[in-house]
Amino acid sequence: MEFFRQTNIDFLGKKWYFLALTMTLFVIGMAALAYYHGPRLGIDFTGGTMVDVKFSQPAPISKIRAGLSKIGLGASTIQPVGYSGGKEVLISVSLKHLTKSGLETGRRDIEQALYSVLGKPAGKADINNVSVPQLTGFLMQKDPNGWAGSGDPKAEAEYQALATAMLNQRDRVWGGLAPSLGAFSQVPGVTPAVLQDLRVGYYISPFYINSVNIVGPEVGAQLRGQAVKAVLLALLGMLVYIAFRFEWIYGVAAVVAVFHDVLITLGMFALFRITMDLTVIAAFLTLVGYSMNDTIVVFDRVRENLKIMRRDKLSDIVNRSINQTLSRTVLTSGLTFLSVLSLLALGGQVLRGFSFAMTFGILVGTYSSIAVAAPMMVAYIDWRNRRQRPLRAMATAKTGRTQGEKVARGR
Amino acid sequence: MKRTLFWKSVFIVVIVLACLAGITGIPKGLSWSAVRRSMASRIHLGLDLQGGMHLVLQVHVNDAVRTQMAQDIQRLQADLAKRGIAYASIAQPNPHRQPAMFMVRGIPEAQSGNFQGEVQNLLGPGYSVTEVAGQPGSFTVRLAASEVTALKSRALAQSIETINNRINQLGVTEPTIRPNGLGAYQILVELPGYSDLGRVKQVMQETAMLEITGVKGGPYNSQADALSQFNGILPEGETLLPGKSIGANSNGAGQWYLVSSLPVVTGSDLRDAQPNMSSTGGWEVDFTLTRDGGQRFAQFTGANIGRSLAVILDGRVQEAAVIQARISDQGRITGNFSRQSASDLALVLRSGALPASISYLEEEVVGPSLGADSIHSGILAALVGFVAVAGFMLVYYKGAGINAVLALVLNLIILMAYMAWVDATLTLPGIAGIILTIGMAVDSNVLIFERIREERRNDKPIASAVDIGFSRAFRTILDTHVTTVVSAVFLYLFGTSEIKGFAITLTAGLIANLFTAVFVSRVIFDYELLRLPRGAELSI
Repeated sequence: MEFFRQTNIDFLGKKWYFLALTMTLFVIGMAALAYYHGPRLGIDFTGGTMVDVKFSQPAPISKIRAGLSKIGLGASTIQPVGYSGGKEVLISVSLKHLTKSGLETGRRDIEQALYSVLGKPAGKADINNVSVPQLTGFLMQKDPNGWAGSGDPKAEAEYQALATAMLNQRDRVWGGLAPSLGAFSQVPGVTPAVLQDLRVGYYISPFYINSVNIVGPEVGAQLRGQAVKAVLLALLGMLVYIAFRFEWIYGVAAVVAVFHDVLITLGMFALFRITMDLTVIAAFLTLVGYSMNDTIVVFDRVRENLKIMRRDKLSDIVNRSINQTLSRTVLTSGLTFLSVLSLLALGGQVLRGFSFAMTFGILVGTYSSIAVAAPMMVAYIDWRNRRQRPLRAMATAKTGRTQGEKVARGR
Repeated sequence: MKRTLFWKSVFIVVIVLACLAGITGIPKGLSWSAVRRSMASRIHLGLDLQGGMHLVLQVHVNDAVRTQMAQDIQRLQADLAKRGIAYASIAQPNPHRQPAMFMVRGIPEAQSGNFQGEVQNLLGPGYSVTEVAGQPGSFTVRLAASEVTALKSRALAQSIETINNRINQLGVTEPTIRPNGLGAYQILVELPGYSDLGRVKQVMQETAMLEITGVKGGPYNSQADALSQFNGILPEGETLLPGKSIGANSNGAGQWYLVSSLPVVTGSDLRDAQPNMSSTGGWEVDFTLTRDGGQRFAQFTGANIGRSLAVILDGRVQEAAVIQARISDQGRITGNFSRQSASDLALVLRSGALPASISYLEEEVVGPSLGADSIHSGILAALVGFVAVAGFMLVYYKGAGINAVLALVLNLIILMAYMAWVDATLTLPGIAGIILTIGMAVDSNVLIFERIREERRNDKPIASAVDIGFSRAFRTILDTHVTTVVSAVFLYLFGTSEIKGFAITLTAGLIANLFTAVFVSRVIFDYELLRLPRGAELSI
């Protein structure tokens, strides 16, 4: 089976169309960044509190907002998590909405706000959000199995093991939300006496706090600074290596193409209002890797062809090289696109930002190697040759030899 | 030819077996669950995948500098009094902006040389004494910058040690407690599988300064009441302290005690502390003193039978009791403790005090259910992606597709084995690195295969097409791989911990790929070429 065979497309001849398309994408992206709403930075970068809450029913978003407004956190973002059927939401409170003490109490505030709008029976604790030590303490006090009363020194350890087993069932089997208190009888060791005490002290709320993330302002700024610094230095390292292996203009063209990809993808983040967090940084790094890989494959072929096709124009050599590697480019991008697509569809909410960046990035990355890096390199070398030709022509006139061809190949 | 091929295959098989052993360890049995347990103990999952807690703490190291200065001031005051050098005041003019200096004012001119020598003598060469220009008799005493840095580093190390002691007692498996690379004097605490943030913070932040000292007077009903007994001036060397019944924001009514400022025993004299149930059914903390502390305690209690002593915790009199007999090395703190608070207090007493206060810069708690979800969906997505890619390679390249799939599987095995060997932690960004690795591994195969096809189209014989295909594509593969590894090195050197995880898996995966996609795949091709009947076409 073969998709491409001896293609002969004049890619460089279409460079003005490419430039127009690139500029359009670029302008849309930059405009989205500058005028629409900027990339939505996750609290990793801005500082603040983010709570991931899972509900047993579709999340009552207006109720949640009402509860948060009551405690002055009405400006929080409430974002449904994709593919959860609306049952899972991310509540983010950025730092400017929190007082200094608010940072410490962020989670408790949000928890209280949820209880206040969803209702909580007086004097009962919530089994969906209880921790092992709390449940152990409760069991020790109620002592349904009579272990503590009989003075058994291992009583606490035994109740702790029981509490751990119960909450493991809740977290790992029921995904954090217990269906009913009675269902705990499935856990080995939960006797009717334990269940009876459980019914006295606990009830089942309709939500479960999946994760809490609190980032202080200093850390946010430090993380942002360090991530940007690492990426810029990595790009510089690649530029130097490519310049060393090929010619410096190849390195510059490759890095410009990668920059192009990153900026356009950033613009898409702004356009689609997807939150940027540290995982997305990892996606950008991956994207940089792919795009660079694509560009080098083309450049490598150009280098090889320069030796064989000594009499051709540089633009023909580059065109030929792109055509020769086209089959590989399309296959690799297609296959990677396939696996990233499965990540986007099935990878879960933590990987959502990552998969989005990758899905889009592979398309732009493939495009940029052909449409940005190669034409830029050719344009520069042609320009350099034109500038040098008058000088060389004079030299040729004197010595009577022709050097035009050699110069035209840029070597 | 055949012979080198044989040894190459032996080499590959040995590597595969070594890697498999690296991943699974030596399982205790041959059942699937035993292998799984063994694997879980070797491949560490990051907090984002298994749930747990991630904290970044700021240690306010200036506290430790101020404490040092306060001690110096006390020593200097006592010393100057002994030597008969007069002074008007010794104080830190701006303890927050300039924690490492204090000022002495009002030294008589005749004694100023004497004073400078005395300070240098007492405090050592780490301090400098300079007379303030234009203010005769006023001196600045300053701790050298290098000494301040050393003091701060010690405070950080001691904080880590203390927090480590306390966390260990919570029974968390494999906690990480180390300096955080990002900012100065920060501590990173990672507790996999533990999600009770409240308890951790309580145990970590408790200071628990324990002092036992003699009671000089009281109890009084209020601070004012006590002061009026002494006409407003407390006897030197004695301090007025509130009893434990006084809340932080009460009006000061309750019991107050006048105690000696010089404690007999402090928290550092404790050898052990344990919670115990008292005869009345409440909880208390029993402690044992070190030999040295025990001797001092015995001497003090022996000399003060019939008088009272006070157990002071964080500046509050926890208990004041009449000394009935000489006590050598056992003591007890009673009070209205619950089981939890008694065991926390015992824990904090055992683990020692924090030298400086701490605050929280970052907290993250990932519930076990979210971590499990991430693993499930991550594995599912990876499997679906892998099957799709492998299926395509088999259809598109037929026989050669098998090479590609084998090389890909082998690459993953080597990568996981590497992670197990170096005890690396697998996190979500790490998975991103693996995805890029897989992408580049597929790319290497595609490059080689496309090149072989191209050479065949140019009517090269099969064997030389394979040869040229590999050697030409290898140059490209090397360039792409080295470029990416160069960038990964920079990411590792300068990145945050998340970015580092990405860089590690990526580098390991790419190096493995040079081996699998080029060397292993070539060996398989060579075998196929050997078996190929004359005139038959290679399946690619």
